[in-house]
Amino acid sequence: MNTKVNFCGIEFKNPVLTASGTFGFGLEYDEYYDISELGGISVKGLTLKPREGNPTPRVAETYGGMLNSVGLQNPGVEVFKSYYLPKLKAEKTCRVIANIAGSSVDDYAEMARSLAGVGVDLLEVNISCPNVKSGGMAFGTDAKNVEAITRAVKAEASQPVVMKLSPNVTDITEMARAAEAGGADGISLINTLMGMKIDVNTRRPVLANIKGGYSGPGVMPVAVRMVYECSKAVSIPIIGMGGIMTGDDAVEFLLAGASLVMVGTANFVDPLAAVKVKNGITDYMRRHGIDDVNDLIGAVKA
Amino acid sequence: MREDLKCVISERRTLPSGQVEFILDNPRLAKEAEPGQFVHIAVENGKNLLRRPISICDAADGKTRIIFEIKGEGTKWLAGRSVGDTLTLMGPLGRGFDLDIGGSAFIIGGGIGVFPLYMLAKKLKNPKIFLGFRNKDMVVMEDEFAALGKTLVATDDGSYGEKGFAIDLAEKEISDCDIIYACGPKPMLKAVKAVAERHGVRAQISMEERMGCGIGACLVCVCKTTTGNRQVCLQGPVFDAKEIIFD
Repeated sequence: MNTKVNFCGIEFKNPVLTASGTFGFGLEYDEYYDISELGGISVKGLTLKPREGNPTPRVAETYGGMLNSVGLQNPGVEVFKSYYLPKLKAEKTCRVIANIAGSSVDDYAEMARSLAGVGVDLLEVNISCPNVKSGGMAFGTDAKNVEAITRAVKAEASQPVVMKLSPNVTDITEMARAAEAGGADGISLINTLMGMKIDVNTRRPVLANIKGGYSGPGVMPVAVRMVYECSKAVSIPIIGMGGIMTGDDAVEFLLAGASLVMVGTANFVDPLAAVKVKNGITDYMRRHGIDDVNDLIGAVKA
Repeated sequence: MREDLKCVISERRTLPSGQVEFILDNPRLAKEAEPGQFVHIAVENGKNLLRRPISICDAADGKTRIIFEIKGEGTKWLAGRSVGDTLTLMGPLGRGFDLDIGGSAFIIGGGIGVFPLYMLAKKLKNPKIFLGFRNKDMVVMEDEFAALGKTLVATDDGSYGEKGFAIDLAEKEISDCDIIYACGPKPMLKAVKAVAERHGVRAQISMEERMGCGIGACLVCVCKTTTGNRQVCLQGPVFDAKEIIFD
């Protein structure tokens, strides 16, 4: 049985990765299982300078999911390069994806420059964070900006560039096409959906930041639909995510057209979620007599 | 390797003050648990995704005691579990109280914040204990604490013990104190920090924030410190009061 997937010229031992912001730098979960079992990890969103993020509460539970408003708290790209990355490269065999964010086109270009040639396998460009005032989603909801940032990052990057798209748009295929036009090697989707939760007893929003990003199994049908639409609209490969809890959920994304999948919120439900999703895919393949996971990609009969 | 532990509930009771107490059977959990740490319990009601962090009240001989208040859907489901049911949980998690500080210790607990202080009181030599509650009906574990050290109780409305706050009782005797250990509502912890600083006494306080992953990955449960935002679940919940910045 083959579970290897070639994505943008890079071989992943299996199609299961963990989503940025839900898995720290991998080391937290490595205490529960060997994260080398995964195809890869996308690390916490990085910025040029360390960021403290938003005030608390930063999390609210909702039916079928959760809202977060962390706001890109991270130690900065230099700490990632000097501490986390060398440790991951020395001790782990999963692929390492750096998720990068900025508040200007120049920021993104500088991030890509800073991460060129340091051993990061793939750049995932976060133009879709709903929790920061400048940059973030503001870039990802305007096709011209998407194309401009893609171009700027591509000019500096030494590794393939994947643009992470926001679902908070009227037509996500417009953003996918803009990324492709800017030279992106791939796209990943979806980032969180903008949401809000009100405590009816206090009549106040639960999140200190009022609004936050909605994730978890509640968003999955929206995500599958968007992956499906994008796979028809562009010819670059797709990383699909949004509410994956099981192997069968992951297979839905593959069938919809994703080459790789990311597990996010499920990691909070069960620390072993990502590795269980990986095993769930091979179970599915066994059940359905599939020898090569690549045969599932885009194989929805529609 | 850490594990997601399976723990059988071997005892369950509802306290007169309203909280629910479980005795959980799991040798590894009881052996590793330290005062001030917590467990992160999976809510398996098919509705709530996030786990519920519950502090460890006591642990010994394969048994771990937890006491929690019913606050919402998750703890309501948890309270509905019976003897013989199995809970899935991660733990013990977090950094607990530093037991090696030495000197004369004051323990200050407010409301449901008294529970994580019990195992601490057992490990310290002759602590002086100050407990604060809203009113007489909410007083809990007084006798158990009193068996471990001189214990004074205050209530907000004066319906039991002294009228006022536990920290005010403690401040009257502060000249006998080298280290304060505290857990309780934020205003109480803020007062503990102020008293400790006023008298040049060290204080360790247990912080609370809404939590996500429980192991330091999601950065949801941070608190403000002099060295930036730090994770309550991983770098806490216990911090030195001098590090914490209260708004």
